[in-house]
Amino acid sequence: MPTVTMNINGRQMSANVENRTLLVAALREDLNLTGTHVGCDTSQCGACLVHVNGKAVKSCTMLAVEADGADVETIEGQANADGSLNVIQQAFQDHHGLQCGFCTPGMVMSAAALLKENPKPTEAEIRNHLEGNICRCTGYQGIVNAIMAASGQSVAMAAE
Amino acid sequence: MYNFEFSNPKTIENATKALSSEDAQALGGGQTLLPTMKQRLASAEVLVSLSGISEMVGVSQSDGTVSIGGATTHAEVARQSREAYPALAQLAGKIGDPAVRNRGTIGGSLANNDPAACYPAGALASGATIQTNKREIQADEFFRGMFETALDEGEIITSVTFPVPEVANYQKFEQPASRFALVGVFVAKTSGGVRVAVTGASNNGVYRWREAEAALSTDFSASAIDGMSGDPSDMIEDLHGSPAYRAHLVGVLTRRAVSSCS
Ligand SMILES: Cc1cc2nc3c(=O)[nH]c(=O)nc-3n(C[C@H](O)[C@H](O)[C@H](O)COP(=O)(O)OP(=O)(O)OC[C@H]3O[C@@H](n4cnc5c(N)ncnc54)[C@H](O)[C@@H]3O)c2cc1C
Ligand code: FES
Ligand code: FES
Repeated sequence: MPTVTMNINGRQMSANVENRTLLVAALREDLNLTGTHVGCDTSQCGACLVHVNGKAVKSCTMLAVEADGADVETIEGQANADGSLNVIQQAFQDHHGLQCGFCTPGMVMSAAALLKENPKPTEAEIRNHLEGNICRCTGYQGIVNAIMAASGQSVAMAAE
Repeated sequence: MYNFEFSNPKTIENATKALSSEDAQALGGGQTLLPTMKQRLASAEVLVSLSGISEMVGVSQSDGTVSIGGATTHAEVARQSREAYPALAQLAGKIGDPAVRNRGTIGGSLANNDPAACYPAGALASGATIQTNKREIQADEFFRGMFETALDEGEIITSVTFPVPEVANYQKFEQPASRFALVGVFVAKTSGGVRVAVTGASNNGVYRWREAEAALSTDFSASAIDGMSGDPSDMIEDLHGSPAYRAHLVGVLTRRAVSSCS
């Protein structure tokens, strides 16, 4: 079986996988990084979203062998060095950006990708960016508020 | 999904060799192929990944044309052709969602020729030329019906060259669950006339709406095609829309595209 080596959250990690092993399966099952979730397995929901070489991708729709040699960032690498929540994570907690939390790893990684490219997005830009991330609980307003807050902007009190 | 051998060539030449083995298939961004393989609707002995072939990645410009490498992602096309061909950049920037755009490629989209895909409309309306590892194919010859193209076994799209129109616009009526086009219309006005390509509507995949092209070539204004709509006789019927609904949308979106050309 091929060996895949990735730099995950700043650490070199290897796994022996089949060619057909999906990146998300390598992360969760071989490397025990179960923070990345599988919601649909059909490329629709974004619960599996991670960054590969700095770009947001759905790890259920990429082969592990395609990530050989890549830098990968997952939710496990998001907290601050002292273990406290980072700005985006804290904003999700403060602004009710999660209820059951299943979509949250993907939402946080998606938000991180957005804020890297666009540090002060408008509400419309946030909603447009989250098109590939589905949440069955929050109705999205709390998530949008959290991202507004994480980017240092004022949070609208209620949805239009 | 069934297992396969994985090949990761760095040149078009080596990809061509790898694809000559029996039951080998190209892997672009995998945003269509991997979901299909998971459902076991597709399988291959060998998957030949094109994403490591640097000569197939990138956007370049020269006298009135924009050339895009076959393995260039939608996100890169959206970013890099914004100035040279804004309507194409806008089309690429509205495919699926950001994560899909970071993986999916123009070559994969054109080769797949999904009846609701966006790029086929852009390529056909622009009169693009599709370069493969074997030959050049004009867009008018390339699309052969739903999921069918002029590509042979093992033939890959290495780049696509778009003559930049005087003005152009793409209007997509999104199917909100999949974000594919329920109907999409790309209008391009060139010195040689107007071309209108329609996706999402026909059972035969992308097509040119000649009636509207003729009217718009004489008078390039939305009022020139006032009241006109597509021909519903061979249009897609599914739970999202009837043929009559799609035919109506074809007219509406074409008028919107013309009005948005400036
Ligand atoms: C959630 C979601 C939403 C989407 N929304 C849209 C949308 O709104 N509009 C839209 O147009 N598309 C949409 N897509 C499809 C997306 O654009 C795909 O990326 C695209 O259709 C296929 O490109 P790919 O590079 O991923 O190809 P792959 O999935 O890797 O391959 C698709 C097919 O093309 C072949 N192939 C790949 N590259 C080449 C090449 N260079 N030469 C020859 N053959 C090749 C493969 O062998 C395979 O048969 C969506 C997909 C998803 C998952
Ligand atoms: S699990 Fe990957 S998109 Fe839903
Ligand atoms: S918090 Fe439950 S799915 Fe989003």
